[in-house]
Amino acid sequence: MAEQKSAMAKPIYAIVGEFDDTETLVEAARRVRSEGYRKVEAYTPFPVHGLTDALDVTDSKVFYITFIAGLIGFASGCFLEAWTSSIDYPMNVGGRPYISWPSFVPVAYESTILAAAFGALLGMLGLNGLPRPYHSIFNTPNFDRASQDRFFLAIETADRRYDPDRTVDFLKSVGATAVSEVEA
Amino acid sequence: MLLGQEKLIGGRQTYQSLTTKISDIVLFNSKHPLSWYITVGAAFMLLQGLMLTVTYLLYLGVGIWGINQPVGWGFDIINFVWWIGIGHAGTLISAILLLMRQQWRTSINRFAEAMTLFAVACAGMYPLLHTGRPWVAYWLMPIGPNVLGMWPQFRSPLVWDVFAVSTYATVSAIFWFTGLIPDLATMRDRASNRAAKYVFGMLAMGWRGSATHWLRYETAYLILASLSAPLVLSVHTIVSFDFAVSLIPGWHTTIFPPYFVAGAVYAGFAMVLLLAIPVRAMYGLKDLITMRHIDWMCKVTMATGLIVFYGYMCEVFYGWYSGDQYEWFMILNRMRGPYAPFYWSLILCNGVVPNFFWSKRVRQNIPAVYIISILVSIGMWLERFIIIPASIHRDFLPSSWGIYTPSMWDWSMFLGTMGLFVFLMFLFVRFVPMIAIAEMKDLLHRAEEGHVDHMPPPIHTTADAAAVVD
Repeated sequence: MAEQKSAMAKPIYAIVGEFDDTETLVEAARRVRSEGYRKVEAYTPFPVHGLTDALDVTDSKVFYITFIAGLIGFASGCFLEAWTSSIDYPMNVGGRPYISWPSFVPVAYESTILAAAFGALLGMLGLNGLPRPYHSIFNTPNFDRASQDRFFLAIETADRRYDPDRTVDFLKSVGATAVSEVEA
Repeated sequence: MLLGQEKLIGGRQTYQSLTTKISDIVLFNSKHPLSWYITVGAAFMLLQGLMLTVTYLLYLGVGIWGINQPVGWGFDIINFVWWIGIGHAGTLISAILLLMRQQWRTSINRFAEAMTLFAVACAGMYPLLHTGRPWVAYWLMPIGPNVLGMWPQFRSPLVWDVFAVSTYATVSAIFWFTGLIPDLATMRDRASNRAAKYVFGMLAMGWRGSATHWLRYETAYLILASLSAPLVLSVHTIVSFDFAVSLIPGWHTTIFPPYFVAGAVYAGFAMVLLLAIPVRAMYGLKDLITMRHIDWMCKVTMATGLIVFYGYMCEVFYGWYSGDQYEWFMILNRMRGPYAPFYWSLILCNGVVPNFFWSKRVRQNIPAVYIISILVSIGMWLERFIIIPASIHRDFLPSSWGIYTPSMWDWSMFLGTMGLFVFLMFLFVRFVPMIAIAEMKDLLHRAEEGHVDHMPPPIHTTADAAAVVD
């Protein structure tokens, strides 16, 4: 029936509900999770507090990527200074040791920060899969408001509990003002 | 009545009113008043002066400046330090105030970060041109062996400076761009002009604002703030090492790093005021950059001004307490020598003038705030003048004393960098949302929930945890 219909037409990526305010959205997200849906994502114009808890999303990989990038930056800075000043181009400056580490602190410090900052930016972009020229969610009607003043909750068709009719009704019952089937 | 009870966002705002108010400035030509065109035109003319100066400089060399023996560091280094100090307020506002959860920073941080980038661009030009042969400036970077068979001397503060300033410029740009990504998506979704939609779409890189996106984004933003905060302190510390590590009386003091950093913040906040006051009037943003913001910026200016003045007192005390005749002579030479009028103007601008900000009436009076900010900027410029040429023009041997007078080209270059700065700032106002839209909505959301004054953590749990570990 409905499954056949969706298979005949273009494939459906997700059922997306549109919400007016954050409170309804967070509550809806919680209900959707407790209903057993797992492939769920919310789209908001600003970070909504409590939403990640409601959707049970956690991710601290950006932190680890930054930390490792920082360590690499620090090691490269130290290596560059020590190797050039003692092995590749040793120069006696006022009888100081070749590896005069107190003078090496500033450059090692700056290279740590530089590498860590790149780690944070590229880590965040990489984990978020950006840049990404196409994503099905942009087919949602009114989705240009997701970056302005509207809130969206998407249940992907790939979810085990997905059912064309029941999912639509369920999203309406938790407060969505509009629900649409979004093509992939 | 009390300032503390005034709102950070004036008027009745909704998410959509914030979006349109900020993004329409970029999307619609009609939003730009005649004063925008006049300012950009004037700045562009000064910029032409810069181009002329640089061209002549490349043709003839640094001899066109007023530098000489013994004063090898003149306007080039004064203005380098002045500009980079101005840039520091941007990082302070965006990073340090974020970490301290000062939510009033939200409406001025984008603006102040742009100021950082452009001030660093102006600053960076000076040492590059001061090398005399800027086309081989890459010799400063550690790419030596295949070009020169040499490596940079990593024990030299000048090499530290290269690393510090280039890292600072890069990290500031990363921080600024990261903050922009969600707003670029908003611009993409609002633009009706095809070209604008295309450009903003490319820059937003497909940002969709999903909860997972935001979670990682906030972690990254917080980490960048935690990296920028110590970075900004290290940069001006390293700039001060250019002086403090040498042996020149007036330079060789341990107070330099903290006193330079305080001076940077002081000059920078004055510059934010100088730019924000006209822009909020030109674009009707008085609901977003409120009198409360101006009041607080005045207070920060005054507090850092007092620290700077304390630094001046310490310098005098050290000069006397060191018992070193060269150090004491340096102090007397500042007070009574050929540059004495500059020294006393400095004391007036940085020691006396900021104290007017004790008065709430002055802080609420826009013309007064504006004049004081100009005097602060002049004061900080004089400070660098007193530190640099006034220290080296008479050091140890009277036989090698000299005097420094800037040439016409020094002035045209200085005015030219001001033109460049204003030109870039106004292009930024024209083409980029100058207030962080997503952050303002977050602030509004929190204000509606009544959380703002109690300051709940502005970040999610994971990011919080990351901050603690960091």
